[in-house]
Amino acid sequence: MGTMTSDVWVFIEQRSGKPADVSFELLCKGRKLAHAMGGSLKAVVLGDQMDGVVTETFRFGADEALVIEHPALKQYRTMPYGRILSDLIRIHSPRIVLFGATIIGRDLAPRVASATRSGLTADCTDLQIADVAYLRKEYKNLLLQIRPAFGGNIVATIITPENPVQMATVREGVMEMHPLDGAVAGRVTKIPYVPDPEDELVTIIEQHREENRVNLKAAPIIVAGGYGLGSKGNFKLVYDLAHALGGEVAGSRAAVDAGFVPPERQVGQTGVTVRPKLYIAVGISGAIQHRAGMQESNKIIAINTDPDAPIFGISHYGIVGDATEVVPRFIEVFRNKLK
Amino acid sequence: MYHSIVLVKQVPDTANITGNVMQDDGTVNRAKLPAVFNPEDRVALEMALRVKDQFGGKITAITMGPPRASDMLRECLYMGADQAILVSDRKFAGADTLATSYVLSEAVKKIGGFDFIFGGRQAIDGDTAQVGPQTSEKLHLPQITYLEEILSIEGRTVTARRKIEGGYEVVRCTLPVLVTVIKDAVEPRPFSARRVMSHKGAKSLLEIEKMAEGNSLLYVDQLVHEFESRGLFIKTLTMDDLKLDPERCGVAGSPTKVFKVESVVLSGGGREMVEPTKTGLGKLIDKLMDDHILG
Repeated sequence: MGTMTSDVWVFIEQRSGKPADVSFELLCKGRKLAHAMGGSLKAVVLGDQMDGVVTETFRFGADEALVIEHPALKQYRTMPYGRILSDLIRIHSPRIVLFGATIIGRDLAPRVASATRSGLTADCTDLQIADVAYLRKEYKNLLLQIRPAFGGNIVATIITPENPVQMATVREGVMEMHPLDGAVAGRVTKIPYVPDPEDELVTIIEQHREENRVNLKAAPIIVAGGYGLGSKGNFKLVYDLAHALGGEVAGSRAAVDAGFVPPERQVGQTGVTVRPKLYIAVGISGAIQHRAGMQESNKIIAINTDPDAPIFGISHYGIVGDATEVVPRFIEVFRNKLK
Repeated sequence: MYHSIVLVKQVPDTANITGNVMQDDGTVNRAKLPAVFNPEDRVALEMALRVKDQFGGKITAITMGPPRASDMLRECLYMGADQAILVSDRKFAGADTLATSYVLSEAVKKIGGFDFIFGGRQAIDGDTAQVGPQTSEKLHLPQITYLEEILSIEGRTVTARRKIEGGYEVVRCTLPVLVTVIKDAVEPRPFSARRVMSHKGAKSLLEIEKMAEGNSLLYVDQLVHEFESRGLFIKTLTMDDLKLDPERCGVAGSPTKVFKVESVVLSGGGREMVEPTKTGLGKLIDKLMDDHILG
């Protein structure tokens, strides 16, 4: 490892050359973290012909882009990406490295953390820089890695006090994303790709991707159902309400696990994070696991039989009642108003 | 013929957590929680069993955990694993994923001679999905994470379908490889009644020692030998057995520390209760329409 820096790196994830939103969300957060430490923000871009993506990273706050381009890097593959990133970290010793908690990020980050023997915290929902006293020692500018833990019953703050490099993966949609004002340019540092026989141990034969099959993040109205609905038959009420209101259907983890709703519609810590204009939670008790994925919604309505359900604690409107009665009534009243 | 090592973990049943299981240092008092076989690890074992069913070979299930993880290892034997190994030492306590992967990778090296390492994508207690890739890196192996289906195995080449964002990809990989499987990959088989009968007496060293305790006629070495010869010995590997660096195990080997833990305080306030009547719902819908949220 080199000498310790105050730099923040963000791994820029791309799928067939298209950058992932979460990478830009992380740049926006990373810029704040870097400023708090007096360091700079660097985007690490691997791929083939990435000029367009590199320019975008400057628009979202990167001071510098480390760019490794080669046809062999066009698609994400664990071995070359892991090797290259680990080597770069060993040479430059950034203070913080951030990844999206996507399938790619969760495949890559642990590999890199292991190779560089760095601490890694998965699925963070917040990141802060703070001076910390831990076990009678004082640490300047540590990264507080905040994540729900243990089924979402608690929020844990994780630190990596003794390691030069602190790594974290962050869920999509948790951090806000806004470009800088005006034209911004950063420094481009191109790094040559040196092939390694290990890179070719895994080859991609074919890839199928349907973009935005379900786009919960963009939906202005979301109706979400929970395990409290009791059956897949009752869950149909959620679809009915969403249909009536022109919204998207979502579910809690418990509803997904019970097979009421497909996994791509899961909202929460291990699903999608959303902030719609209106979020209606039906039969969702509101474990923090779920709340982490929807509490930023503009207006929240909760429908639950249990008046003590935690979901009421974060709702703007609470309706205590049985969903099988309340939801059809809601639809009926709404349809009458439209007439 | 392929030898598969399956990484399994006994996890606290996170659906049943109460406040008093959290300790002051922010770690979890696992002894106070019901322990279960991590669901995706069970799927991983099923995947290994299917490879064995088709091509022959053997399956070794290993776990790093406290002595009571023997319960889960017996379940591995009931499903069809040929042998089960408990990697256990007080000095492993408090390990994060980096320290865990170090211990597991060294245990795997000691077992040796494998073609596949299977594991669940992630464990339900941490949801990190890190131990698989980290173990793979330490063994300098390629990895296939989020595996949905093995399409074919020909000689030293496996072709498999794995999940990616919004779809899937088909990859080809040279063996040996570490694979992590997702929940829906295959349906784990139930315990075989025959295997439950034949393996319910399987015991770890600690359990054999307990058996010998207070019975002067029983000698541990002799019992171990007897259990081993009947294929009922759950081998235990300790830090010393694996000649591990203590600085890389347990708390000492874990760069991440739990700094603080908070129960979540609900923001409350601002909430308005709505009567579930037509009038109540009508007023609410009017308000949402006025605010241009609905309609």
